[in-house]
Amino acid sequence: SPKKRKLSQKTVNYFRERNNASEDTDLRFVTCQSLWNQIKSETEQIQEDLNKQLFDNLVSFLRRSHSEFQEKTTEWTCQMKSREIPTAALVLGVNVTDHDLTFRSLSEVLQNSITPYIALLEAKDCPGIKNLMQKLMGQLMNCYVDADSLEDEDHVQVSQNRIRCSMTSIISWYQNITKKTDSETPSKKRTSSSRHWQSPPVVVIFKDMESFTTKVLQDFIVISSQHIHELPLVLVFGIATSPMIIHSLLPHSVSSLLCIELFQSLSCKEHLSTIIDKLLLTAQFPFKLGEKVLQVLINIFLYHDFSVQNFIKGFQLCIVEHFYSQPLSVLCCPLVDTKKRVNSLSHDQCENIRRLPSFRRYVENQVSEKQILLLTADNFLKEITQKLLEDLHVYHENYVSVLRCLHVFTSSLPKYPLGKQIRELHCSCLENRVWETEEYESSLQLARMLNKSDLVTMLQQCVEIFVSSSGKEFDKTIEKLKEFLTQFQELEEAFQEQDGSVSAQKELQKKTDLYHLQKTLLELKESRRSKKLTKFEMLRFEVVDYIDSLVRTYLVPADHKTLHEIMYFNTASVLRGHLNAAPRVALHTALNNPYCYLKNQALKSDGGNISNKAPDICIVYKLHLECGRLINLVDWLEAFATVVTAVEGPNADAASSDQVDDIIHARFIRAVSELELLGFIKPSKQKTDHVARLTWGGC
Amino acid sequence: MPNLEHPAYPAATLLHLESLVPCRESQVSMLLSIFGERQQFSFPSIFIYGHTSSGKTYVMQTLLNTLQLPHVFVNCVEYFTSRLLLEEILIQLQSCSSETEQTSRVPCDNFNDFVRLFKQAVESRELQDQTLYIVLDRAEQLREMEANILPAFLRLQELTDRNVTVVLLSEIVWELFRPNTGCFEPLTLYFPDYSIGHLQKILSQNHPPEYSADFYAAYINILLGVFYMVCRDLKELQHLAALNFSKYCEPVVRGEANERDTRKLWKNIEPHLKKAMQTVYLREISSSQWERLQHDDGEPGQLKGLSAHTHVELPYYSKFLLIAAYLASYNPVRTDKRFFLKHHGKIRKTNFMKKHEKTSNHLLGPKPFPLDRLLAILYSIVDNRVAPTANIFSQITSLVTLQLLSVVGHNDQLDGPRYKCTVSLDFIRAIARTVNFDIIKYLYDFL
Repeated sequence: SPKKRKLSQKTVNYFRERNNASEDTDLRFVTCQSLWNQIKSETEQIQEDLNKQLFDNLVSFLRRSHSEFQEKTTEWTCQMKSREIPTAALVLGVNVTDHDLTFRSLSEVLQNSITPYIALLEAKDCPGIKNLMQKLMGQLMNCYVDADSLEDEDHVQVSQNRIRCSMTSIISWYQNITKKTDSETPSKKRTSSSRHWQSPPVVVIFKDMESFTTKVLQDFIVISSQHIHELPLVLVFGIATSPMIIHSLLPHSVSSLLCIELFQSLSCKEHLSTIIDKLLLTAQFPFKLGEKVLQVLINIFLYHDFSVQNFIKGFQLCIVEHFYSQPLSVLCCPLVDTKKRVNSLSHDQCENIRRLPSFRRYVENQVSEKQILLLTADNFLKEITQKLLEDLHVYHENYVSVLRCLHVFTSSLPKYPLGKQIRELHCSCLENRVWETEEYESSLQLARMLNKSDLVTMLQQCVEIFVSSSGKEFDKTIEKLKEFLTQFQELEEAFQEQDGSVSAQKELQKKTDLYHLQKTLLELKESRRSKKLTKFEMLRFEVVDYIDSLVRTYLVPADHKTLHEIMYFNTASVLRGHLNAAPRVALHTALNNPYCYLKNQALKSDGGNISNKAPDICIVYKLHLECGRLINLVDWLEAFATVVTAVEGPNADAASSDQVDDIIHARFIRAVSELELLGFIKPSKQKTDHVARLTWGGC
Repeated sequence: MPNLEHPAYPAATLLHLESLVPCRESQVSMLLSIFGERQQFSFPSIFIYGHTSSGKTYVMQTLLNTLQLPHVFVNCVEYFTSRLLLEEILIQLQSCSSETEQTSRVPCDNFNDFVRLFKQAVESRELQDQTLYIVLDRAEQLREMEANILPAFLRLQELTDRNVTVVLLSEIVWELFRPNTGCFEPLTLYFPDYSIGHLQKILSQNHPPEYSADFYAAYINILLGVFYMVCRDLKELQHLAALNFSKYCEPVVRGEANERDTRKLWKNIEPHLKKAMQTVYLREISSSQWERLQHDDGEPGQLKGLSAHTHVELPYYSKFLLIAAYLASYNPVRTDKRFFLKHHGKIRKTNFMKKHEKTSNHLLGPKPFPLDRLLAILYSIVDNRVAPTANIFSQITSLVTLQLLSVVGHNDQLDGPRYKCTVSLDFIRAIARTVNFDIIKYLYDFL
């Protein structure tokens, strides 16, 4: 659409603003966009897959819930039982920001398979039962209009106020609608009944159960339970904490009207692991996150919000920032395109490559003729660049497989020295050479003590990982691993034949008196100490050593690789500045050091003294930092006047008496009230002519 | 047993009525004598009260329906504003007077309009010589509406000058209704709770067609033996009876016992009912899940109830915020120094305490605390430095929306908001355990 194009054109201009045209801004922008779209669709797909189980359960619950309504059974039990309102308690976890998306896809799924009549209610819209009914009716009747054609225009035109918002109106609306679908032409009916039944349930979703007031919920449930025979209602409670909240919100007399079933969504941590697994630990996307950046994103997730959406937003920010700030990011594209792009690089861009630290390191290690060529001939540089980029791609492919393989080993060790999750392992591999760390050393120690069955299963898993990996170098590895497996197999067969050590153990069981027992135990110990390593132990050492060699070859940290700057976004400080908003710190900086924001040379302060050119509020702020909890206004004013008048020098000094100028007085009062507005001080009743400070310390 | 007698109604109808309202005969005969004959004016307003499920609504409905008295039946919870309520009464009046004509609904904003429209509606009906009954169920809601509604309903007969009687049904006593300004005193009538004998009789009335009445009565007897201690709600008991009956019949169906083998049947059903009391009755698991369990002969142990899922996963700093909030809520302010300063010196608890602090703070409940104190405690209990970013502040707000903290006082107060921690000790201990924080050591009550 033209509007969209215009919008993206505008965004391109943002990209251009800082850089000159020779750095392929347009191409970078396009690459960035296409990459993001790819990632976005991938994440949506992941989300859909993750929610599938939950939604399937919910759908089958909904189907079951009003089967009695459909069949109109006359059985004795059905008559005697009180009709409860089917209720799904949906426990979604505390990451409230993610819930919106879940509810949206849930209502989509329900609309496609169960019923067109869905209302989503939020606590902030429903302070009273009246608002709730209004909201409910509005949503139900609109959805009806959307679902059907626009044949009843008059229905829509009836304004909200004219309709009596009561349960009876909803019931009559429902009866009208279901009757209409019944009396439709048979062909039309078939199409509608293929998706929904004749009397589809009405689903009311309470998005945030915790925030609803008890009264509203109770009233609504009592009212609707009286009409459950006429209106097949199903409630869905979105719960962020624990299902206990139902009992604390609803008394027994009300909760006894409900038939509550529990549904639990996947925990957000697992969700994050899947996202990281599919987005970061893959060679599919050329763009990569550096260790620090990834750590920032993960920390925000684990420490602050548990929100997967925010994580993805942060990831998006990284992509945009990378393509915006790194001119060479134009090469951060699928491998097939690189050749063309490398060849069309401008001279400036070639210079950019030469300036990259990793490339400089690379050049230094070359022979001198090649060094000269690399630094002077653009064409040769392009050739080499192309080769290096291919190397980088291969490195990624291998890295992922070996990382997974290492994770298989480390994740089953006691106490998890290298972390339980693969993301922790990934971070420590990115950070520095993992094999030089103590944790790696201790995990190898532990791996040398694994028992055989564990070791065999792990090896089998590793074989699977390598077989399914896209890397081409692993044929030998697979062979080697399989060889290990067969050796283990042979070992077992051999072991069954000779059972010498077992007999010793058997003897042990026969002995009864303490003296003999001790003696044999000692003997056993002696023999064990002196004995050479068994075959199994030798093999185990071999396996661990082999894995170690794999790690050393393939898990080199990315920033040791040449041209890694093109693929990796590593400026964590920028990201932190964007994501970790620190309002207090920002305010303090603005008031304490106005130069930081105003960029006025006159304000460039040197150390602690207070410049009189600064805005009044800054002067007042700095003065108040030196005070205690209560500030004397008169003293404050005098100090202010002294600072402000200091500029006029000695001649002004003569003019000023002990009386403060009216204008300065007014400026002071304004600055103080501005400070009050910002929440640093407030008027105090403890002492006259004093204000109270609301902050402590220098910040 | 007092037989219902009234000269105005045929004996057969009265007999039928009596069979429909077991154990409420005296109340019904009382009501009948107050109502009098059809055309006679009755008392202007009647107030009926009694506990949940003591048959108030049911008796009124059956009485009015079987005797075919003209009436309007409205639930005040459902029609939550005075306007809705009045309009609903008028609509019901219109629809019961003339079935065919669905007249346009007339807006009725206040009681004055209502009286006028009410007169019109009664005028158009042919039943002018009969008493019209307006029954307001859950009448305690009337107190929430405008102040004039309740007194006006009480003297509707006088205001409209028509043959009308208003019946109020409520679970609370009349004394809690009486407005300050005084009003017309209605005739109050009390419906006592059903006794265990009554319950037995009423419940056994509806036995399933496949089984004999005695068999079902024996079952009800066992059921009441288990549930009567905790539940006297007739509706709930009926529901439970229906849910568990198939299990009771199981031995009979399988041929292991006959219908008279009470002891065997009791042995079979009793543990089952006890389990039901802990699960289905509390709505820990839903009745449909319960039925499915019964059907599959599964153990209820596999299905965890709602209360089993108490664990709440929180972000790392949210956990510490919550712990800090808990400490701030349950420790006296003066003790903060002792807990959170490094060189606090030795303070004995006995000398340190003021008199009123001797009672456990956990018995007194959480106390409000200002935001600054929360943050100060947070900074001292978290090992690494926490920057006061917007994230931390928004986490406090999300804890409030999750109902783990609550704001005290006005919501819009920007300077110095005060909070309370609303979680239990068990909950906070579970949270503290996940971050290896020994909360008991920091609680003043457990020193």
